[in-house]
Amino acid sequence: MKKTKILMGMPITAEIVDDSAKQSDIEAVFSYFKYVDEKFSTYKSTSEISKINDGQIKEQEYSDDMVTVLSLCEELKNKTDGYFNITTPQGKIDPSGLVKGWSIYNAVQILMERGFKNFYIDAGGDIEARGKNNAGKDWKVGIKNPFNQDEIVKVLGISGAGVATSGTYIRGQHIYNPKNNNKPAAGIVSLTVVGPNVYDADVYATPAFAMGQAGINFIESLKGLEGYMIDKDGVATMTSGFQKFVSKNA
Amino acid sequence: MKKFILSGFLILIFALYALYQRGGEYVYVAPPASVVENKQTEPAQNPYPATPVINIPSPAPVPKIAAPNPSRTFNDGAYVGNVADAYYGNIQVKAIIRGDKIIDVQFLDYPHDRRTSISINTRAMPDLKSEAIQAQSSNVDIVSGATDTSNAFRESLASALAKAKT
Repeated sequence: MKKTKILMGMPITAEIVDDSAKQSDIEAVFSYFKYVDEKFSTYKSTSEISKINDGQIKEQEYSDDMVTVLSLCEELKNKTDGYFNITTPQGKIDPSGLVKGWSIYNAVQILMERGFKNFYIDAGGDIEARGKNNAGKDWKVGIKNPFNQDEIVKVLGISGAGVATSGTYIRGQHIYNPKNNNKPAAGIVSLTVVGPNVYDADVYATPAFAMGQAGINFIESLKGLEGYMIDKDGVATMTSGFQKFVSKNA
Repeated sequence: MKKFILSGFLILIFALYALYQRGGEYVYVAPPASVVENKQTEPAQNPYPATPVINIPSPAPVPKIAAPNPSRTFNDGAYVGNVADAYYGNIQVKAIIRGDKIIDVQFLDYPHDRRTSISINTRAMPDLKSEAIQAQSSNVDIVSGATDTSNAFRESLASALAKAKT
């Protein structure tokens, strides 16, 4: 059973292979993303995050999920030596960079609690895949060619892991390194991170991408994470353990 | 502000019409400043512009009037499109029109990761394997890629072109 909906400004797909899957199970996943969007979207003036930024909600009135997300942001800020920072130049907070991975992770837990073992959830190209696909094999996850969106440049075999890609498809864009005299960082166009779950893969893919060439070393230094980085010349660099995720029957 | 843009636009239309009536020849007239430039989103002005927390209201609707020259689709000039939501950030483009053609599209805003700062120690470069990317079989279950910004791009460009229409 498979379904795709546009939520949070991106296509979200859930597929459950287990025979017992019902429509209501898939719907539970989409309801959850809808709930997250209504709470955390900085584009919705009625969301809790917008109300916090408008000063309408005091800290002691934050919802449990808001407290969790903000404490995870703080934890990530410390782990990345201040690199991951949700405070915007206007002094507002925008945890969007963490909410995506966090919400996919929680949606995965919803399906696991319902007893499902073989499924995946894909939200805008960030994925957690569990068990096997409907052919009884590891899920085949393709890494999109950043220069040609219709093409796949690597096929991974994923079971019980998360995959997230950070990058850009706009040519000529530069990611700036503010500590390097605002010179454009090295020309990285795509960085895919594979981790034990989608949350870990996603929250590290974004800051590592912005680091330019050093991003792949950063992923190499993190236990349990592997990465595949593509630069502007179409050359890919992979971490030492990445090869174990490359599909043998691609 | 809306009234200002609207009245600026109407003045421009009347000016164009007057010129057309007098000579009928093509004259380059720049669009009103309020439509052409949006300094706040110009990256050259501010390398760290506002992160996408604020929804910029849509500009005033373009009044429908008879085209001075029905053979042309677009008026020359620079037109700033609406800010379009690409979830992780905004897309906003400026279309430059000359001789009824789009000669340039500039990005005024796009999703980025530049609000944070880099202070992670760059560790000694491990000897990591590299390869040239190659197309593979597209027979996959799922595709991982960066969040698609192309829809937001089309949305912003379409609104810029709507403003350029004669």
